[in-house]
Amino acid sequence: MPSTNDWINNPLGVVEEMFGASQNSSDSGWEAKVTEFFRQRLMEKDAHTWVPSLNDVPLHYLKPNSLVKFRCLIQDMFDPEFYMGAYDTVDPSTKAKVLRCGKYKDVTECGVDLDSANMVTSERQTFYCVPIPGESPWVKESYASTCQARVVPSTSYVPSRQKRSYEDDDEDDMDTQPQAQGHAHNAAAEAQGNGDSKRQETEAPSGQKASSPPLDLNFPLPGEKGPACLVKVYADWDSFKLNDTMEVYGILSVSPALSALSDQSDTSSSLILDPAECMETAEELRVHSPPASLVPRLHLIHTQRLAHNNPLLPPAALEDSAASLASTLGEMVSVRAELLAYFTQLLLGDVLAAEYLLLHLISNVYARRDVIPLGKFTLNLSGCPATAGPAYTEQLYCALQQLVPSAYRLSMTLQNMNQLRLVPRKDYVANRLLSGALQLAANTSLYLDETQLEQGQLDPAGVRNITALGNVISWQKVDYDFNYHQMEFPSNINVLIASEGRSLLPSDCHVHLQPQVTPPNMEAYLGSALTAQSSSQLNKFRLYLTMARTLDYSISEEVTKAVEDDFVDMRKDDPQSISADDLHSLLGVARLLCLSLGQSALSTDAWSRAKHIETLRKSRSEPQGCLNGNEP
Amino acid sequence: MSSPMSTPGGKRGRPSNPSTPATSPPAQRRRGQPSSNGDLPLMPTSPPTDMPDPLQDTSLFSSPRRSVLPSEVDMSSPLIGARGTPARQRPDLGSVRKSKQVDLQSEPSAADGAAAAEQPAGQRLVIWGTDVNVATCKEKFQRFLQRFIDPSSKEDENSCLDLNEPLYMQKLEEISIVGDPVLNINCGHVSSFDAELYRQLVCYPQEVIPTFDMAVNELFFERFPDSILEHQIQVRPYNALKTRNMRSLNPEDIDQLITISGMVIRTSQLIPEMQEAFFQCAVCAFSARVEVDRGRIAEPAVCRNCNTTHSLALIHNRSMFSDKQMVKIQESPEDMPAGQTPHTTVVYAHNDLVDKVQPGDRINITGIYRAVPMRVNPRQSNVKSVYKTHIDVIHFRKTDEKRLHGQDDENEQRLFTEARVQTLRELAAKPDVYDRLSSALAPSIYEHEDIKKGILLQLFGGTRKDFSQTGRGNFRAEVNILLCGDPGTSKSQLLQYVFNLVPRGQYTSGKGSSAVGLTAYIMKDPETRQTVLQTGALVLSDNGICCIDEFDKMSDSTRSVLHEVMEQQTLSIAKAGIICQLNARTSILAAANPVESQWNPKKTTIENIQLPHTLLSRFDLIFLMLDPQDEAYDRKLAHHLVSLYYQSEEQLEEENLDMAVLKDFIAYARSYIQPKLSEEAGQALIEAYVEMRKVGSGRGMVSAYPRQLESLIRLAEAHAKVRFSDKVETIDVEEAKRLHREALKQSATDPRTGFVDISILTTGMSATARKRKEEITAALKKMLQSRTKTPVMKFQQLFDDLRGQSETAITKDQFEEALKALCDEDYLTISGKTIRLAT
Repeated sequence: MPSTNDWINNPLGVVEEMFGASQNSSDSGWEAKVTEFFRQRLMEKDAHTWVPSLNDVPLHYLKPNSLVKFRCLIQDMFDPEFYMGAYDTVDPSTKAKVLRCGKYKDVTECGVDLDSANMVTSERQTFYCVPIPGESPWVKESYASTCQARVVPSTSYVPSRQKRSYEDDDEDDMDTQPQAQGHAHNAAAEAQGNGDSKRQETEAPSGQKASSPPLDLNFPLPGEKGPACLVKVYADWDSFKLNDTMEVYGILSVSPALSALSDQSDTSSSLILDPAECMETAEELRVHSPPASLVPRLHLIHTQRLAHNNPLLPPAALEDSAASLASTLGEMVSVRAELLAYFTQLLLGDVLAAEYLLLHLISNVYARRDVIPLGKFTLNLSGCPATAGPAYTEQLYCALQQLVPSAYRLSMTLQNMNQLRLVPRKDYVANRLLSGALQLAANTSLYLDETQLEQGQLDPAGVRNITALGNVISWQKVDYDFNYHQMEFPSNINVLIASEGRSLLPSDCHVHLQPQVTPPNMEAYLGSALTAQSSSQLNKFRLYLTMARTLDYSISEEVTKAVEDDFVDMRKDDPQSISADDLHSLLGVARLLCLSLGQSALSTDAWSRAKHIETLRKSRSEPQGCLNGNEP
Repeated sequence: MSSPMSTPGGKRGRPSNPSTPATSPPAQRRRGQPSSNGDLPLMPTSPPTDMPDPLQDTSLFSSPRRSVLPSEVDMSSPLIGARGTPARQRPDLGSVRKSKQVDLQSEPSAADGAAAAEQPAGQRLVIWGTDVNVATCKEKFQRFLQRFIDPSSKEDENSCLDLNEPLYMQKLEEISIVGDPVLNINCGHVSSFDAELYRQLVCYPQEVIPTFDMAVNELFFERFPDSILEHQIQVRPYNALKTRNMRSLNPEDIDQLITISGMVIRTSQLIPEMQEAFFQCAVCAFSARVEVDRGRIAEPAVCRNCNTTHSLALIHNRSMFSDKQMVKIQESPEDMPAGQTPHTTVVYAHNDLVDKVQPGDRINITGIYRAVPMRVNPRQSNVKSVYKTHIDVIHFRKTDEKRLHGQDDENEQRLFTEARVQTLRELAAKPDVYDRLSSALAPSIYEHEDIKKGILLQLFGGTRKDFSQTGRGNFRAEVNILLCGDPGTSKSQLLQYVFNLVPRGQYTSGKGSSAVGLTAYIMKDPETRQTVLQTGALVLSDNGICCIDEFDKMSDSTRSVLHEVMEQQTLSIAKAGIICQLNARTSILAAANPVESQWNPKKTTIENIQLPHTLLSRFDLIFLMLDPQDEAYDRKLAHHLVSLYYQSEEQLEEENLDMAVLKDFIAYARSYIQPKLSEEAGQALIEAYVEMRKVGSGRGMVSAYPRQLESLIRLAEAHAKVRFSDKVETIDVEEAKRLHREALKQSATDPRTGFVDISILTTGMSATARKRKEEITAALKKMLQSRTKTPVMKFQQLFDDLRGQSETAITKDQFEEALKALCDEDYLTISGKTIRLAT
């Protein structure tokens, strides 16, 4: 660790050293050298764990201008900005000129010589980044526990007694939640000595925040916590896309000068008729240069795209670590059986529904063929026991949240539908993209609780929201509202709809729940099912779900032939029995079935199994559909 | 007064010393030029000692300058002196918004620079920091104005000018008549006339445009010495092909002339910007004028007349202000890479360009790109290292303004590179281009070749013809297509695909759209409280395709607005005091489900989808998408679907024509290919039409109407466009005939007789059905006549009686229709279940 101190605590020193060296020698590749240096350092064993993370260390604990990392989603992209890449400073007393580097910095040194010939203007791009929306608590904790960065609290911060008690209350609330979470929590605490108290302190600032005038940090989901960040990107910004998730390594900049800018406008002499002043509204200024204490700036040095945010797997693409995962692959069949048993218990003994739920959780949009997204598998779980009230669907969500890295439960109450902003909208006054609940990272589980829907009228906003949900389900796209036009952004969201009757939204697959057991006390029943899982068991499940999703898949020539024959035969017997759409969904189910078993090619066994469960499912839903009169 | 001194050039001839570095940061330096001729602005080559301090600075304006370039004197003398036409400030060139004065500390360095600049200036007089020699530049530009002829000009604003005369001289003449002292110059013209001049214009607009101004004014007043203008002519260049896209702006474009396209998203209120402050002494009423310098007014502390200190007060009413407006523009959606958010840019409009654009307008902006450092706070020693950028507008050009007139504006919108055009032409030359393109269309949807071909032709559209002089108005060039068929036959997917393919496509669902949503509605703007017209899907898809899903679920009132759109291609609106007719030259691609959810082959199309025949006859092609139920088909379908599930994306790409190529192909053909009917093709069409008429006449019914002939022509033209051919030939007609017949065979076959019967679509009833109806009515009438003694009878009883009499089965519907027919003849009246004979 001592060796790492320099480049973590004082990365700018490294940058400046290289900049200085490049001035003497004529070769100008110093920028590439800098990124290469940091990339090399981070590649070293465990090196990245020494870098403190903005996700779990409160901002005021972090040293300004040190290297930090941030696991985030690109929520908005601001306009590119021009900055002084290199400039001369003049010492007022000695008149000595020094060439400085402006890269990775927000503020220049004193005495800039604006007319110097050495000044270089460069361009950089700013992204507004937020923590990954809907990230499950277990993910956060697990990441926090692997981070070995030791952060020394600044002396000015003394945790007050009162705050601690507030946190303790919070803790009690959490204890009512399944024990499993507590397990993971304890594990985290053990791994890190003082981890527990530290984590409490991480939440402290959020309490403080409430007292100051609220600044809308523009999180996609309501009730999210954590810092938002302005990430300055210096190269290759075209390769980033909105809603990408990534881990950013960059230099933290929290200079108060950044936020002071907005205050100055009132105080500074009113004689100045700077045209720059009138072109930005107060809102825009607030959004684009918020106080650095709330929205720190991060000057990006290295990024790692996250294909998933499961802490149990290495973040890189799977091929790199194939060897270490080979053993897990072998276990997949047994884990699948255990998981199936667990789901069966959760779904009140319905094996078929449990199987479909499992398939749903490993679905993933893997390709798009012109407008059709392939691989999506929206599941509508109807027949959720309504007598138990919201308890059942809620508990089910809790169980799922413990398994998937990010999830969000949208309770489809009339009020929510009419008032929530689901689709992001461009706010031209503040010049930013107002986030909406559908601005989610890839592979987020969206859990729609339709049992909460009551009679009433949807207003136009509600109708738009329902349409937006429908679009996500059918085309996996969200049309962002840019006022004068709409822009389509592809999404990859796993939508699960829990409803009493058939859902009013479209779905790829509709399973009617047939409970085999009717526990007298639903809550206690589910509670015991949840707590019965040990944390190691849960970890196995988590690993399994993410692994299965990323497997490759192919269909051999022979199987193709068999499937074709099968289809033709079925059509021959009864043309009405199976249509092209049915074949589509059958192929989808077969694919997921194979992946769930850890197989990367379709086998005839899996094909017939897929056919079998599809027949079972259809035989269930048809009479049900007629009864409800909800047939499309 | 000193103010008119501000000829475009004079203003800028200000002691400007190295001030602009602040405004024009080191971009140029990055290009590796030494600072001496880098970006120091147009300071006339004056000795370094002449570096004025702010006080001298102001006085300089009223005092004649000693050490200015000869040309500098030229700038003002002939114009102000001779004619007395006032010059007008050009804040757009940055002459007013003074750039930051250099810091005192840096003065030595600036002086060095100035000294260095003197050497080249000694040999050849150029404006400081550029390679522009004023005299040469002026001369070149005057030559351009006098000589430039563009015989192939297509711009409509030149329409009334003689193309073989020097274009801009005619424009000058126009100015002398109209009195609007603005000369718009197409940079493309400059570039083709004198590439060097064009380069200078783009690189040093701030210096070159005033020179142009001078040149124009000299020329103008020479030629029209007696004309009186409001102010001197200002040159406004446009169409500088430096930059097309906002995204590609980079530091190297700073202080250059650029043209970008975008959409206005916000305009600020008018900002009065003080140009000159007027001070009056409270003691002796002596007045003083002070120029605003970099947003600061140097208030005179001492009255020069009576030497009283602090006696001068600012008189607002007598100060001079200029108009300024902040406009925000955003990238147009077409220019954006997928998955990114649009960029925005701030633009300043000055003087008469203020309020020229409204939010929502698509515009091309020509202006000078600027970057200003973030304001330095006097109390803070360090600066934010970021610049603010904006564009000072010189010229606005709305790209969509002509859409209200009948012109097609697509030609100027899309530009194709030579290489691209070459590939497209190669593709078009291939004999199987038609099949290739149709299979590239929605490759994920299997088969339905003819439907895809139909849609392909729809995407190309016919040739727009104008018959307004002969009184028929415009002929519809757009092809309308209706798809009907069983649910689950991927109709919606086809629609989605088309919607994603065309630049101006709209997608609506019949269930969710109202007449208002399709046409236009009046809204109160929350900010201005004005009523504004918001256009709906049909108007928005002008020149594009409007995809309407679930066409059958649309309410009748909604559907009725389509009548006008689908034939006249316009939309008339009369609401809230706004009466207007909007263009809606849109093709309609609609999808409808049969009423009984499954297609009933025993019924006609009309009966199956229950749409009014008036509407159906406006569709050129009506396709049925049915489940073919055939083994070979099933097998191929299965293979197709299975392959979807394991092919990797690269494989998919290779197999099919790229969607982007298809898009470009269509856009190119639509804008550049306008096929005309050839002689043979005309004959073939006539034959085809006569034949179609003949088929029906044999059975006593009409099987083709002029509308069908028009459809055929459109389809043939579209097919010629696919081949990039300027002539419609017989093969095009053959294909049009085939496709038309295919569609008819599917949709207009009378299920009772098996014949193709166009009257199903045009009158909603097949000829046989009509005949049958007449028979039943006659029989009923006969029966009623036979029993005149009972003038009142029960409905059911009469029905049974009639059925008993007739040898063929009569359905209740038929009976009711017959009754209604008699009722219309005033033969009887129906009230509830009783029927009363009229007496």
